Amino acid sequence: MPQPIRLKDHERDARLVRRRVFVGAVAVLLLTMLLVCWMYYLQVVQHEYHSTLAENNRIHVQPIPPTRGLIFDRNGVVIADNRPSFSLTVTRERAGDWLHVLDELVAILELSPEDRALFEKRVRQGRRPFEPVPILFELSEEQIARVAVNQFRLPGVEVAAQLVRHYPQREHFAHSVGYVGRINEQELKNLDPVDYSGTHHIGKTGVEKFYEDLLHGGVGYEEVETNARGRVLRVLNRTDPQPGKDLTLHLDLHLQEAAEKALGGRRGAVIAIDPATGGVLAMVSQPSFNPNLFVTGISFKDYADLRDSIDRPLYNRVLRGLYPPGSTIKPLVALAGLDSGVVNRSTRVFDPGFYQLPNHSHKYRNWNRNGDGWVDMELAVQRSNDTYFYDLANKLGIDRMHSYLSSFGIGQRVSLDMFEESEGLMPSREWKRTNRRQPWYPGETLITGIGQGFMLTTPLQLAQSMALVANRGQWRRPRLLKNADGMSPEELIAHELLEDRPVPDDLRLRDPQIWDQVTHDMEMVMHGPRGTARKVGDAAVYRIAGKSGTAQVVAIRQGEKYDRSKVQERHRDHALFVAFAPAQNPRIAVAVMVENGESGSGVAAPVVKQVMDAWLLGPDGQLKPEYRFNEPVSLPGASQ
Amino acid sequence: MNGNFDRNLSSEDVLRRRSSLLQRLHIDGVLLLLLLLLAVGSLFILYSASGKNWDLLIKQATSFSVGLVVMLVIAQFDPRFMSRWVPLAYGGGVALLVAVELIGHTAMGATRWINIPGVIRFQPSEMMKIVMPMTIAWYLASRSLPPRFKHIVISLALILVPVALILKQPDLGTSLLILASGMFVLFVAGLRWRWIIGAVAAAVPIAVAMWFFVMHDYQKRRVLTFLDPESDPLGAGWNIIQSKAAIGSGGVFGKGWLMGTQSHLDFLPESHTDFIIAVLGEEFGLVGICLLLFLYLLLIGRGLFITVRAQTLFGKLLAGSLTMTFFVYVFVNIGMVSGLLPVVGVPLPFISYGGTSLVTLLSGFGILMAIHTHKKWITQV
Repeated sequence: MPQPIRLKDHERDARLVRRRVFVGAVAVLLLTMLLVCWMYYLQVVQHEYHSTLAENNRIHVQPIPPTRGLIFDRNGVVIADNRPSFSLTVTRERAGDWLHVLDELVAILELSPEDRALFEKRVRQGRRPFEPVPILFELSEEQIARVAVNQFRLPGVEVAAQLVRHYPQREHFAHSVGYVGRINEQELKNLDPVDYSGTHHIGKTGVEKFYEDLLHGGVGYEEVETNARGRVLRVLNRTDPQPGKDLTLHLDLHLQEAAEKALGGRRGAVIAIDPATGGVLAMVSQPSFNPNLFVTGISFKDYADLRDSIDRPLYNRVLRGLYPPGSTIKPLVALAGLDSGVVNRSTRVFDPGFYQLPNHSHKYRNWNRNGDGWVDMELAVQRSNDTYFYDLANKLGIDRMHSYLSSFGIGQRVSLDMFEESEGLMPSREWKRTNRRQPWYPGETLITGIGQGFMLTTPLQLAQSMALVANRGQWRRPRLLKNADGMSPEELIAHELLEDRPVPDDLRLRDPQIWDQVTHDMEMVMHGPRGTARKVGDAAVYRIAGKSGTAQVVAIRQGEKYDRSKVQERHRDHALFVAFAPAQNPRIAVAVMVENGESGSGVAAPVVKQVMDAWLLGPDGQLKPEYRFNEPVSLPGASQ
Repeated sequence: MNGNFDRNLSSEDVLRRRSSLLQRLHIDGVLLLLLLLLAVGSLFILYSASGKNWDLLIKQATSFSVGLVVMLVIAQFDPRFMSRWVPLAYGGGVALLVAVELIGHTAMGATRWINIPGVIRFQPSEMMKIVMPMTIAWYLASRSLPPRFKHIVISLALILVPVALILKQPDLGTSLLILASGMFVLFVAGLRWRWIIGAVAAAVPIAVAMWFFVMHDYQKRRVLTFLDPESDPLGAGWNIIQSKAAIGSGGVFGKGWLMGTQSHLDFLPESHTDFIIAVLGEEFGLVGICLLLFLYLLLIGRGLFITVRAQTLFGKLLAGSLTMTFFVYVFVNIGMVSGLLPVVGVPLPFISYGGTSLVTLLSGFGILMAIHTHKKWITQV
């Protein structure tokens, strides 16, 4: 009887399934009951609470924007703060036909159709319909009064007090500290929507941009009960925002003013660095502009004026200006020559007024057409003799020059915390092959040795190269930030609050005396009998180590002479000067570029000295006591 | 025993004699009626949730019609015929999932689609929702019940391969549903209680491991927000706070059709897709939700009835799993929108807007109909 067994099997399976279906059905019923109970709880027990949330008198979660951190100079002078300002806001949800409301508003305040278009754009950028969007800032008393009188015609329009960024030092720090502006659509896409839910401004350039995360802080919020008109009836719950960090910079307002005064209305750049800390003490790019214009939205005309001005006030010459370094590079080339051993201190070169490569007819001219005769390194730096450096460059070759100059920061970003710094260019064979598809020619090595040709540097890089000589090769990246709420940039990096830009390797020379020799030669530029800048050096009460340079704006043809009377003002050479002081105890390194200033030692050097005087001299006109050079303590036993 | 079997026979006999037009077309009238009721209700709610968007409504109605046709076509196949194709379907499904992994189309951070431009774009994971319970049912139907250890292990392997592939896409919601559909077959097949309890006990450490090694940040955030939505009221918690407010403010009878403020003032996100139950709760209140749950219960009840009455073991296991998985859809969706469960992307069956899930669900009901209407008259006894 096989069939009954098979049938019994079926029956057993069916019973098993039936039991499981029964269990499943019970579970389904129980879980459904759970859902119903939960719905009962939400819809009956908590009905009142949720009704308040959802009805017209609903509870809004309002973001509270954090207060942006303040920015101070090294002495605690305020560079950027926040001022209360009255602004006009529109809430789309409450305005109803808000386009009509904008029409009314423009009529009441007698504004132009351009303003109307701007308002519309701003309202459309608003993120949620119930959030008020500021459309007009810094209302006058009269405007406030007009809105108040016509309030009944303007549903959803409110006058609100807001903190708005303000830069009391105006033009002084526009290029270093930068400015904030309204968040644009592009930025909105990349921002954390929660953190910026109450914020309307964001750093656009400079310190404001670079340290945006620290300055902004964390958003807070409050739950408020509002009536149908949006008036807040009471605050139910509040979580305070975390204010942004206050930043103290290395910049010094007095030095900044002194540097601007020293430039005296000319276009140019000044940067001063404290070699010990890398702190930037002054950063001048002239002409400058008033950053307050950008905060609440610059008018189209103002912007066009700034953008189209032939003097380019928006152009940051310190960080973005690229200039051939000219003769200011010579001390570095001299150092490379000594350290690599291709020359020594007594190596001499005869200068007939030009240099020729063997078997080439082209004459590489010294600036002094008459020639300086026999020249050694000390005299070559002092006189800025081109012939000596053509020869030295030829001996070094481009590869070694590239290696040494790169380790001084030429051709790379040197700063720790500056926004949009240019890299400049340190040419090499490799670079020329990939970018110009040409081999490197020996003549290019020669002109690289006097800082001409392809090489391009920023004033910041020039100042940093001086700081490195002053520091005897020890790298400290130039930085604007001294501390943020007491934390140094290094601590910020350790806490991952700041992007880490690794410090380049220090320069180690085979003989440390070479530092002293190069410093000595640069001192001779200022104080030597034949120094190019001896007029400036003679007037100084301390010893300066410096070097002049000129950056060609237009090329001069072979055999032609630079004749200033024939050259248009805008085509004249840029004057450069780099220096540090006091020479034996360096406290400040300065680079100056005067656009179309022509003479490095004649025009740029006096600017350098004025900046140094402002930093180093006390009210008595003497070196401040703390900067005076103390004789090194002799080693025990050495005096015997 | 024999008596019972006789009774079954006689009722089959009666059914056959009274076989109506519907039966000959292999349509289950009860299921069809309930589905049509849900469809009509869905269109009403969608009209309100979408802000009176007729285009969307027409699209949804079209999807529903397509789904119905698919359902009726599937109902024509004999389940015995279907079971023969199961291994091929499973193999094909897994192959497609692997293909997604290799050449799939990526949208919104997930790779879920196979895209043949101009021809078709579909999600193999959707197909797996049907194939998975069929596979396990096919495998266990020919074994002795309750399943022995070896068969359980093989079943689990069959389940976990596609689940892992879908989890990797990443699609947490779908992979959980497919996992559930496979596990329900084991459950209906009489998986011993001690193993069920053991598995639940083991799930805790596995969940901990998942948290640390498998889950993506956005999934972790969802879990955290679920545990404390108030912690992030401007960000991820926004959805849950707003949907709870919508449901709660509906009260017993609701604010009335088209009168919900939460959904109409854009407070409610995803109001016509995953969060549509909140619109129902706001506009039709507790009564509306209970009515919908009642319709679902009737559907599930009918599904369980079909399970018990199925003739073959394959049919029983498959029908039981499909029905219980359907309930998981309902429970997970309503639970997540009302703040009982974490937010995983599961649509509310037949109500949420979306053509793909409609067609998949209706295919499942087509299989239920097929199981119920293709019965062999056992003459040899």
